[in-house]
Amino acid sequence: MTMKTNKAPSRLERFRDSFVWYSFKRDRTAQLCLAVFLCLVMAAFAAPLLAPTDPYDLRQIDIMASELPPFWIDGADEQYSLGTDAQGRDLWSIILYGTRVSLLIGFGAVILQALLGVTFGLMAGYLGGRVDAFLMRLADIQLSFSTLMVAIVVGAVVKATLGGAFYSQYAVLMLVLIIGLAEWPQYARTVRASVLAEKGKEYVDAARVMGLRSKRIMFRHVLPNTLSPIFVISTVQIANAIISEAALSFLGLGMPETHPSLGSLIKAGFDYIQSGSWWITLIPGAVLVVLVLSINLLGDWLRDVMNPRLYKG
Amino acid sequence: MSMPASARVDNHIPAENVDVAQPLLQIRDLRKRFSLSGDFLDQLRFKGGKLVRHQEHVHAINGVNLDIKRGEALCVVGESGCGKSTVARTVMGLLSPSEGEIHFDGQRIDHLSSRQLLPYRKRMQMIFQNPYASLNPRMTIQQTLEEPLRLHHPKWNRQQIADKVEEVMRSVGIDPDWGKRFGHEFSGGQRQRIAIARALAVDPEFIVADEPISALDVSIQAQVLNLLMEAQHERHLTYLFITHDLAVVEHFGTRVAVMYLGTVCEIATTATLFSKPRHPYTQALLSSIPRLEDDRPQHIRLKGEVPTPVHLPSGCVFHGRCPYANPRCREEIPLLQMQHDGTHVACHAVEEGRL
Amino acid sequence: MALLEVSQLDVRFALRQGEVKAIRDVSFTLERGERLGIVGESGAGKSVAAFSLLNLISKPGFIAGGSVRFEGQTLNTMSERGLRKIRGNRISMIFQDPMMTLNPVLSIGEQMVECLKAHRRISSRDARAIALDKLRQVQIPSPEKRLDQYPHELSGGMRQRIIIAIALLLDPDIIIADEPTTALDVTIQAEIMALLLDLCEQHNVGLILITHDLGVVSQVTQRMLVMYAGRVIEQGPTREIINDPQHPYTQGLINALPQMATPGEKLNQIRGSMPSLSNLPSGCAFHPRCDFIRRTDGQVRPACIEQVPGFVQAGNCQAACHMVAELQEDRRLKEESQ
Repeated sequence: MTMKTNKAPSRLERFRDSFVWYSFKRDRTAQLCLAVFLCLVMAAFAAPLLAPTDPYDLRQIDIMASELPPFWIDGADEQYSLGTDAQGRDLWSIILYGTRVSLLIGFGAVILQALLGVTFGLMAGYLGGRVDAFLMRLADIQLSFSTLMVAIVVGAVVKATLGGAFYSQYAVLMLVLIIGLAEWPQYARTVRASVLAEKGKEYVDAARVMGLRSKRIMFRHVLPNTLSPIFVISTVQIANAIISEAALSFLGLGMPETHPSLGSLIKAGFDYIQSGSWWITLIPGAVLVVLVLSINLLGDWLRDVMNPRLYKG
Repeated sequence: MSMPASARVDNHIPAENVDVAQPLLQIRDLRKRFSLSGDFLDQLRFKGGKLVRHQEHVHAINGVNLDIKRGEALCVVGESGCGKSTVARTVMGLLSPSEGEIHFDGQRIDHLSSRQLLPYRKRMQMIFQNPYASLNPRMTIQQTLEEPLRLHHPKWNRQQIADKVEEVMRSVGIDPDWGKRFGHEFSGGQRQRIAIARALAVDPEFIVADEPISALDVSIQAQVLNLLMEAQHERHLTYLFITHDLAVVEHFGTRVAVMYLGTVCEIATTATLFSKPRHPYTQALLSSIPRLEDDRPQHIRLKGEVPTPVHLPSGCVFHGRCPYANPRCREEIPLLQMQHDGTHVACHAVEEGRL
Repeated sequence: MALLEVSQLDVRFALRQGEVKAIRDVSFTLERGERLGIVGESGAGKSVAAFSLLNLISKPGFIAGGSVRFEGQTLNTMSERGLRKIRGNRISMIFQDPMMTLNPVLSIGEQMVECLKAHRRISSRDARAIALDKLRQVQIPSPEKRLDQYPHELSGGMRQRIIIAIALLLDPDIIIADEPTTALDVTIQAEIMALLLDLCEQHNVGLILITHDLGVVSQVTQRMLVMYAGRVIEQGPTREIINDPQHPYTQGLINALPQMATPGEKLNQIRGSMPSLSNLPSGCAFHPRCDFIRRTDGQVRPACIEQVPGFVQAGNCQAACHMVAELQEDRRLKEESQ
């Protein structure tokens, strides 16, 4: 331990000294994945600036220009670089907007999952006893309903009570709610396991001896020390949520075609594969694969870095 | 020692309330059992065609009585599994006793809610064994030390808190300029100093130290032990000091309680215990300390090993390993009895004059 | 020629902060049947020294220089195959954690028989008989029963006895014991150390005992090395070092023990803490904590800060300190004045 300088390092200096930064500097895959992921995110959120047309504006759509192929195939129109879909929407524009919808749902759902899962996991792990038993049985029950079941039930209830138009209008919110509700137990279980490990450490006893309330100990002392596994699981969960959304949309339980996500684009194009217009499905499909793959590889890297056994030695 | 004025006001109890003869802490017939059998469903067993509820317990403490006098350092020694740490954690309210009472300054505290305990938290503090685990890794030293002050002195302003933090950091030999650093940037000995500073920050009267130097290197042990003794003299502290290291006890303790399998077998002043150990277990324990002047191990050999605290032996818990055991020892539990020099020993052989 | 000769051993670890020298310039010898203690605090490099004897250093560590010679064979350049014939057979190891040696899914008997058969052509029945005999030697109650038990069914003290039995299984020439009793209670520790000492004497086995406990070293060993920050700073006969340490660090270590002070008085502490190996002080690594680096006129001795001290002979001991002679003189004057 060197104590020559009395000034404590700033956050930036600490980060530059950290193992995370060191490992990132040496890991080409992680760098590439982060670059790809950031490009996709920026492109998606800058969609209104980048896209030549606004696919949500019906006036800009020319039904006569439907099913045009991408630029490298004969018969392409220069105006539409990646071609058009069956409704004559510019594929490049609609993919940008679709990715934005997918990412929005992915992140939104994960935030909801994390909020529910971290709170319940923290309570179950720290308070233990009956609270633990109740919350974990709840998680088991939740896990035995697949995302699909939740989507069907929620969809049916909402459509029956508030009408289909309402559902389509708030589809993004609905999907966030469905995927968020269906997958919080993943968080709860991970958080509970690491809370149980942290709870046995003496700094938690020290906080209790000090007289701190349970709530403060949970959020100020235990929670910050369970962040590493939360980070790691979040990457996997974002990828999962994006895939879940695509699957639901593909089955017609997700985003409406007027407001498509990557999943509903794939679905919309699926009917035209037979007629030779493969690009309507495959190009959004490829974007989805690249997006999910880059997130998953980043997650793998993060898990290796955050594995305490590997770097505390 | 300079202290902010407000720190003094609410520090010590008014003098007329202090009954010097009354022990600061009294432990009365304390028992603690831990269930090994899991929840209700796990406890159900088939026995002889019937469904019965079957429970097993670890008997960690079995009827411990201790008085800790003001200003003394009472050391509790024993080997792993003897229940010494459980006593410490029960006294601090980290565990609730299965039976028995704990009185602090005349008030019963073992049944209080955490809110009712708050005023006592300020008067009794704890130091832990592992300095690598007892500091929150995500908090700076400054934050760690400020937290108890903010909780127990809600009226203090920022400057008062900062002054107090600086004062305790100086008193344990940590440069206050290092406050913005995290625990992991310090060595084990420095971390233990910080943990001591955290306990001292609220100006307690009573400190429970659970193996505070066991995880440290020899040269650092001396530093921390000196610090604890210094704090005792300057702040008139009372210690309950838990350790397995008898050499430390001899140096540090005013009185010593020797524990074996959840019971106290001997209580004596340090000098008496080391010059004239009475209980056969104490004798064996003392003979096992490796001393510099020895050329060979010269310990009293005991039969067998410590029995499990799940199925306690009948009678004296030590009888299975004791060279002086007779039929009475196997049946009757010996009670702590005062000897003419004030030592308390729980042994039939001593009582009958066989030893 | 000594049974084991270690000369100028240098072990490094390639870490991301750069190369860290875990031990440097460690030299010692062990005669047949001799018991040697290696003493030091955590980070002194004593365990690295022990592991490097059998080339058990794993990545990112490596032996960067020096040699370990056992009966004339150089171990640190030997092939893995050759080493296997020596490990466990001629030189065996006892670790702090018995579970590092014991396999939790094999019974004690199976492990002992397997170990015997790996090194000798022997029938299972004979191997079992030898195993039983070794268990008797380590004074385990009802040894026949233990052969069929699994490690988790035994207590810590019992496991460490089994480990000693396994270490003795092939009648080795040397046993290296790395903190063998640190995890055990004092009464058990005393019994295990007494047992180890008796067995080494009976069978004329050499012992290298790595420990932080000076009391244990003085009870068990004949010679000792004191290590600090990767170097040996004092070596010689145990009794002489304990009674009259030459190096200021050894003096500090012994004087810091509670038994050396009057009860209730301040202990003699060494200030500061062991430096990190990646950032060692210049010159003598102990100089920032040393009470003697200032001369009587208050000036810091330049040699302590600039130059790594070599060994100075003092009686039968050697101490790596620039001031051995002066300190001896000081102590003599003090005694005379008293």
